Amino acid sequence: MSTSSNTPSNVSPKPTRRQFLLASAAIGGGFTLGFAVPAGKVRAAEAADPTRVNIWVEIATDDTVIIRYARSEMGQGSFTSAPQLVADELDANWDQVRIEYVDVNEHLRTDRAWGDMATVGSRTIRGSQEYLRTAGATARAMLVSAAAQQWGVPASEITVSNGIVAHAASGKQSGFGALAALAATQPVPESVTLKDPSQWTIIGQSVPRRDIPASVDGSQVYGIDVSLPGMVYAAIAQSPVFGGKVADFDAESARTKRGIIDVFTIDDDTALVVVADNWWRAKQALDAIEITWDEAGNGNVDDASLREFFRAGLDAADAAPLPNNAGNVEDALDGATQVIEAEYFTPYLSHSPMEPMGATVQIGADGTQVWTSTQSADAVAAEVAGALGIAPELVTVHRVQAGGGFGRRGGTGDYGKQAALVAQRLPMDTPVKLLWTREEDTQHGFYRPLAMYRLKAGLDANNNIVGWRTRIASGSLMAQRIGAPLPNGIDAMATEGFTRLPYRVANQDHAYMQRATHVPIGFWRTVGWSQTPFAREQFIDELAHAAGEDPLAFRLRHMAEDELSRKILEAAAAEAGWNNAPAAGVFRGIATTEPYGSFTAAVVELSVDASGGIKIHRIVQAIDSGHVVNPDNVVAQLQGATVWALSAAMWGEINIERGRVKQANFHDYRLLRIAEMPKVDVVLAPTGGFWGGVGEPGQAPLLPAFCNALFAATGKRLRELPLYHQGFRLV
Amino acid sequence: MELLVNAQVHEVDVEDEMPLLWVLRDILDMKGTKYSCGIAQCGACTVHIDGEPVRSCVLPVSAAVGKTITTIEGLAQDAMHPVQEAWIKHQVPQCGYCQSGQIMAAASLLQKIPQPTDADIDAAMSNICRCGTYARIRAAIHDLAGTAPEVAKA
Repeated sequence: MSTSSNTPSNVSPKPTRRQFLLASAAIGGGFTLGFAVPAGKVRAAEAADPTRVNIWVEIATDDTVIIRYARSEMGQGSFTSAPQLVADELDANWDQVRIEYVDVNEHLRTDRAWGDMATVGSRTIRGSQEYLRTAGATARAMLVSAAAQQWGVPASEITVSNGIVAHAASGKQSGFGALAALAATQPVPESVTLKDPSQWTIIGQSVPRRDIPASVDGSQVYGIDVSLPGMVYAAIAQSPVFGGKVADFDAESARTKRGIIDVFTIDDDTALVVVADNWWRAKQALDAIEITWDEAGNGNVDDASLREFFRAGLDAADAAPLPNNAGNVEDALDGATQVIEAEYFTPYLSHSPMEPMGATVQIGADGTQVWTSTQSADAVAAEVAGALGIAPELVTVHRVQAGGGFGRRGGTGDYGKQAALVAQRLPMDTPVKLLWTREEDTQHGFYRPLAMYRLKAGLDANNNIVGWRTRIASGSLMAQRIGAPLPNGIDAMATEGFTRLPYRVANQDHAYMQRATHVPIGFWRTVGWSQTPFAREQFIDELAHAAGEDPLAFRLRHMAEDELSRKILEAAAAEAGWNNAPAAGVFRGIATTEPYGSFTAAVVELSVDASGGIKIHRIVQAIDSGHVVNPDNVVAQLQGATVWALSAAMWGEINIERGRVKQANFHDYRLLRIAEMPKVDVVLAPTGGFWGGVGEPGQAPLLPAFCNALFAATGKRLRELPLYHQGFRLV
Repeated sequence: MELLVNAQVHEVDVEDEMPLLWVLRDILDMKGTKYSCGIAQCGACTVHIDGEPVRSCVLPVSAAVGKTITTIEGLAQDAMHPVQEAWIKHQVPQCGYCQSGQIMAAASLLQKIPQPTDADIDAAMSNICRCGTYARIRAAIHDLAGTAPEVAKA
């Protein structure tokens, strides 16, 4: 089986950059420009193609401005918002801007000239804003320089606005395209001055997302949608017990079924694969195969044994102290008027993006092609290359939209490697699409770590917090997912929210104890900030309650030195009308957080009936992300965060029984539906001066604000998730 | 067997029990209809069969023979169906993966109930969106219906 083309039949072939340049040259020459860090790498990328001036911006003679996008799009919107940064400094006409992905293969061949491709940690904007804005400003300066040369006028008299370069005194003006060829010959300015935020015209605008039209007519291509001539399909069964292997299987009857091509184990017998001419046939055959698994000694692990292990972590004498510890908590608690102690528990959670895991791989004589939904296109190249024992530069990763990521598709994963190993077993040039079922996704995730928190604090006679102790027992993403050493035994993600309390407490003693189990863990949207505030922001509420004080007033009184935390809390409270009593039977909860370089606060307003039915009347979310690139997209991200927080609060849990995951699909891993979606009001309260993330911060304060409201309504302090176990439901 | 999909007749040679979803996706190469759960829980695979929203991941293809099948690719009579236009106006999709199914469900709802209440929307729109675009789905449907969300849900 061989194919003459690597272009998916359902993807319009995009011209390669070289083809684009050739096309441009035919109509008078084009102009490519861009910047990444460091400059040496940029020069390497430029040298790869002598006609390229730079890497982020290309201008065609028809005035089309192509802006390259290096990271992934999975719904977070930065495919649109990152190019807004470039276009604004370029003073481009946004309607003339076309956005195209960076070629992953070229990126790898040029020592990662486009910088970081990983779309993680809510950092696409904050991590690349400076070099993207610089790329736009530099391109603009070279267009000005070209116009000055062509018109014989001083560059200082030339203006650029909305895609037009103009010289008022002479009345000359031009679109970008006519100046592109000359601009390409101008020296690259050593430095450029970036605009003051007051001069921004595209940054700060809710321009429509460029990927949305394809998402409404079925034409958007996700990893699962790739279609290649001669393609075959693979279904996979992985060991139900993590770390286990296929001990035996009987595929005799499966092999004779219609369309079945082969049955074999891959990846050191950790999975069984059926390859067929159709995915459904492969899956049907796989379901009929009886597999005996070697459970690798983990078949006895269950929720109870895990809890015991984690609770022992809370008692560990050798827990790692956090660097912000100060004073003497023991003495402070001894002298306190009141001492409050509480333990909190958050379970494992699955990401469950709507598009199941999978990848298409074709190994050919000229190199290996990969199509997959990923948050880290360059990491996929490394993963596939590693599986095949070849250099990453020999792997081409084609860019597609991801049907949700949320951390599940970040870094080096599992499905890319598996697809490569399946392709390796097939005749050369055979494209194979590996697709997991929803059940495989639910039972073979990289789960949000299970975590337990024990908090203890004392109040003095004036109800000031005099001492605060935290013990955290949780998995370490740094050690267990990244494979990196833990500096001083501390996992930065597991301790988020406790390494710098926004509250003034003289005596602090926080410590972390790593708990590694056979359950794989990963970066689940909002990561540590999705769970540490559940403890911290409920505990501060417990202290306020003990002090007999309003939870907002108590927080504000303790955060005098944290101006931005105070401002965001006040913004949320003002929108919610915190100081006006809610209607009879209606209660409110509030919380504040400082995640991903932003500040977020939430107020939840609800009532609870006698049978535990929770009616959420309104949720207010406020965010200070410093600057805002695309306001409507920020609103969308915060609206979506509600679904994450409420799903986790009400039903979210991955239980371990006999070493394996109990949940299988959406019937037993429940996610919020539209009927349960409350009214959400988002307040954008940017204070400027910094660039904070927006994809993840929204979720952080929601869970504790919700639980604090439930406490206000019921008097029950909810220290264990999910809440349906305690008789609650949404009505 | 013969299938009538988006006003075109297709001859397919597949097992009777193969779900319509996989015939659409892997035999007819129409990838707009999505697989996500395979057990009719999430609605990503929603198509119209004789105008009714159906979860094609559990519908044997043989049950669709002789019926009119409409997928997201064939929803629009012109360039764009009003529901699709409203989805763009309200910037509904995030990752977009569930939206084919959401749009098919919404188009069917509005066909039957041109001015749906929030309760109608809750009942008809049971599709899962992991990104959490529900607020905008509701707003887009109300916009199409020319109705305002009710105070209780607003």
